[in-house]
Amino acid sequence: MNKRLSQKIFFTLFRLISLMIVIVLFSILGFIIFNGAKSISWHFLTQMPTDGMTKGGIFPAIVGTLILVLGSMIFAFPVGVAAAIYMNEYVKEGPVKRFMRLMTSNLAGVPSIVFGLFGMALFVNQLHFGDSIIAGSLTLGLLALPVVIRTTEEALKQVDDSFRLASIGLGATKLQTIGKVTLPIAFPNIITGLILSIGRVSGETAPILFTVAAYFLPKLPHSIFDQVMALPYHLYVIATSGTNITESRPIAYGTALVLISIVLICNITASVIRNVLGKRNK
Amino acid sequence: MTPKIETKNLQLYYGAHHALKGIDFSANANTVTALIGPSGCGKSTFLRCFNRMNDLIDGCDVEGQILIDGMNINDRYLNVDELRKKVGMVFQKPNPFPKSIFENVAYGLRINGINEKKILEEKVEKALKQAALWEEVKDNLKKSAMSISGGQQQRLCIARALAVEPSLVLMDEPTSALDPISTSKVEELIYQLKEKYTILIVTHNMQQAARVSDKTAFFYIGEMIEYNDTTEIFTNPKIERTQNYITGRFG
Amino acid sequence: MFKKIINKIIEGFIKTSGWVSSIIVLLIIIFLFKEASGLFNKTPLEEGYMLVVNKKNPIDKLNPDQLKNIFDRDSTSWKTLGGMNADIEIFTVEDISTFYNDSMIGENMSNLPWCINDHISKTENVISYFPEKYLPKNFEGKILHLDKISVYQFLKNKIWLPSARPVSQVGAMPLIISTLLVSLVAILIALPIGLAAAIYLAEVADSRIRTILKPVIELLAGIPSVVYGFFGLVIIVPFVQKIFNLPVGETGLTGSIILAIMALPTIITVAEDALRSVPKAMKEASLALGATHWQTIYKVMIPYASSGITAAAILGIGRAIGETMVALMVTGNANNFTFSLLKPIRTIPATIAAELGEASYGGLHFKALFALGCILFLITLMINVYVEYLSGKKQTK
Repeated sequence: MNKRLSQKIFFTLFRLISLMIVIVLFSILGFIIFNGAKSISWHFLTQMPTDGMTKGGIFPAIVGTLILVLGSMIFAFPVGVAAAIYMNEYVKEGPVKRFMRLMTSNLAGVPSIVFGLFGMALFVNQLHFGDSIIAGSLTLGLLALPVVIRTTEEALKQVDDSFRLASIGLGATKLQTIGKVTLPIAFPNIITGLILSIGRVSGETAPILFTVAAYFLPKLPHSIFDQVMALPYHLYVIATSGTNITESRPIAYGTALVLISIVLICNITASVIRNVLGKRNK
Repeated sequence: MTPKIETKNLQLYYGAHHALKGIDFSANANTVTALIGPSGCGKSTFLRCFNRMNDLIDGCDVEGQILIDGMNINDRYLNVDELRKKVGMVFQKPNPFPKSIFENVAYGLRINGINEKKILEEKVEKALKQAALWEEVKDNLKKSAMSISGGQQQRLCIARALAVEPSLVLMDEPTSALDPISTSKVEELIYQLKEKYTILIVTHNMQQAARVSDKTAFFYIGEMIEYNDTTEIFTNPKIERTQNYITGRFG
Repeated sequence: MFKKIINKIIEGFIKTSGWVSSIIVLLIIIFLFKEASGLFNKTPLEEGYMLVVNKKNPIDKLNPDQLKNIFDRDSTSWKTLGGMNADIEIFTVEDISTFYNDSMIGENMSNLPWCINDHISKTENVISYFPEKYLPKNFEGKILHLDKISVYQFLKNKIWLPSARPVSQVGAMPLIISTLLVSLVAILIALPIGLAAAIYLAEVADSRIRTILKPVIELLAGIPSVVYGFFGLVIIVPFVQKIFNLPVGETGLTGSIILAIMALPTIITVAEDALRSVPKAMKEASLALGATHWQTIYKVMIPYASSGITAAAILGIGRAIGETMVALMVTGNANNFTFSLLKPIRTIPATIAAELGEASYGGLHFKALFALGCILFLITLMINVYVEYLSGKKQTK
């Protein structure tokens, strides 16, 4: 039968295309891992860069990225969770809620370079933070905010209303209900969202270009008003405009591998949490 | 004797929908009153008036008096959280929190600021005993409440409601999600509980109403059609519509 | 009591935070547009400079393009500009020593304004620009006035050379075209692939394969863009160069290929959700009439899910338009006005990223880059609102 045959052809095609996507992913990962593994050593991870970044390690960039991730989450996590709580637990369905949702999704759609421009205009210039950890962290925090809000809101939505009713029926206030019932139940999913946004933030380059990232700064920062190096920017620099691009290729591979490892670890941790804690609640 | 609970000309609107039309009702302490009637007749809504759970619904407007121990609770300035501590509620589906059995029962105490281990243990045990669950779970108090059976969960929810020592307990179809054996256990429990508590129970199950309640109120499209002793209602209903309903001719 | 105050504070924090997205979007608009609007208060002439001609020169006004041609020595005669029949002579402060000796200029150039005045008043076909501070007291030349940059010019002009001297060229057109071109091509590549994968995931694959494929796609979305850029630089760039036998492999097409890979997760996820939202009854009705699974998919499910699939495509375009690092690393960053995919081009985000570091704070170039940021912001905002509108429509259906 013809229609059977065409179904077979198309489904096979779709299967092949999906397989191709998997192959593309693994070739990108394989490319980075295979080439980067040669560069990774204890020395590489813990030493300062030397010889115009063609030798030495990437320690300051690792530290810088960790600081920026931490800084951005200190801002984005509490504010984002609170915003999601407000949107899901306090505001009633209606135009106000729709507006808040729209704004959150608009914020999520703002290109990262525009966050960079904004961070530069507001934090670096207007508030006179200069190129600094605090300016960069806040800029990255703004970028992570809609991600945190969205995942938290999803997590709260999944909490069955009967739990809230039971708690309120026992005379708990709204805040008690949120703090003792809703949030603990939603916690695994909220943490999953947090980890995923850490993965996202640690790889962002455009927002830190003009707010914090240092081209070459072989020392650790002393205060939140210092500049730092960061992994994604470091990768960009040594891949495109370092003092000697071919000589520093191994360092580029190594940096890319470290960066990807952070993302991979975040993704895997997130799915483990989702699976383990998700099952326990069932 | 002043009735334990009473409503006078209770009107309730969901926006434009007139859901309860002038209900005059009263029930004495230590009685079980069953609220029956077809779906959407307003019996659950009526039940939820006594702990103001209808406040949570947008556009819900309640007029008239609702008295508990002679005090009007349909008052804008009333502290509803305090009210709900005094009025226990058991829901249709068992809804224990995903915490341990102990923490479920202790929840209401903890939110009242009781955190001393000794008192908590005492009150949890007492509540579980009242809910006839103690013997089954006393060795597994740390176990997740999600791991026990549906019937046990519902009795746990009853224990959770009793732990804060309410005087009035509202039950919204508490056995509709349970199997027959669990149902009979819960019914037995309800019968025992009236020693200490005043109970209002919404049920779809005629036999259940007949078995557990002292009085029965029949609701139909927002009105309380007939309210009398349970035996009277089931053997000798005054109004034809009540009779049609309990004999299964509609609803 | 103390607890009550704490609770009030917490609730206050929650309630304020609810508005945080709206406030940030508002702040972004304010700050971006504030900086950008400064651009349209300026003339394209270098700040602090003035442009003068001889008094007898009939020309009062020149537009930026004409000026650029003059100083690039592309226009050599005043006649082509509607003036006198003479060659154009450009005179700048640097040329001063060819006309006047050191003693005439004086110590510390104290006599420089006089020299400028002298030369300009003597030379009929001259055009000159110099810092305002050298403006002679009784100046005998004619100061040319330039129009302020207009929004229309900014959008329409075809040359982007903001650091050109003495007259900046800030035409956003080539950047806008390149950005849209690269993104559209990326989606044209990604959409069929993404849709195929979405159909496979939603309808064909069994749950075991799904549990492998879903994380793979999530991972694809999680890889940082700078890593994609690096991958593109090392693998795709030489590949494109070889295949098409090009002088350089950094082209619009290279960017499109990488952006397509990056857009895949968005397209797959949104399209899959759209396919899953098709009511089961509708699908079963089709199957019950004897349609094959595939016929049901393309005759019933895809049409039903079309608004969701459109949303997926548009969302993908939005992501691609705003993507910075890939564009910066693999599209060549050439200042071309071209519709060719096989030439180096430069997108808006890449331009901002590449040039903001060197633009002096508050200057024309700086503000022009913020104006580009505004364009980018507005495009993505429109896309977002449209997508929300699409998904809102779906819900009410």
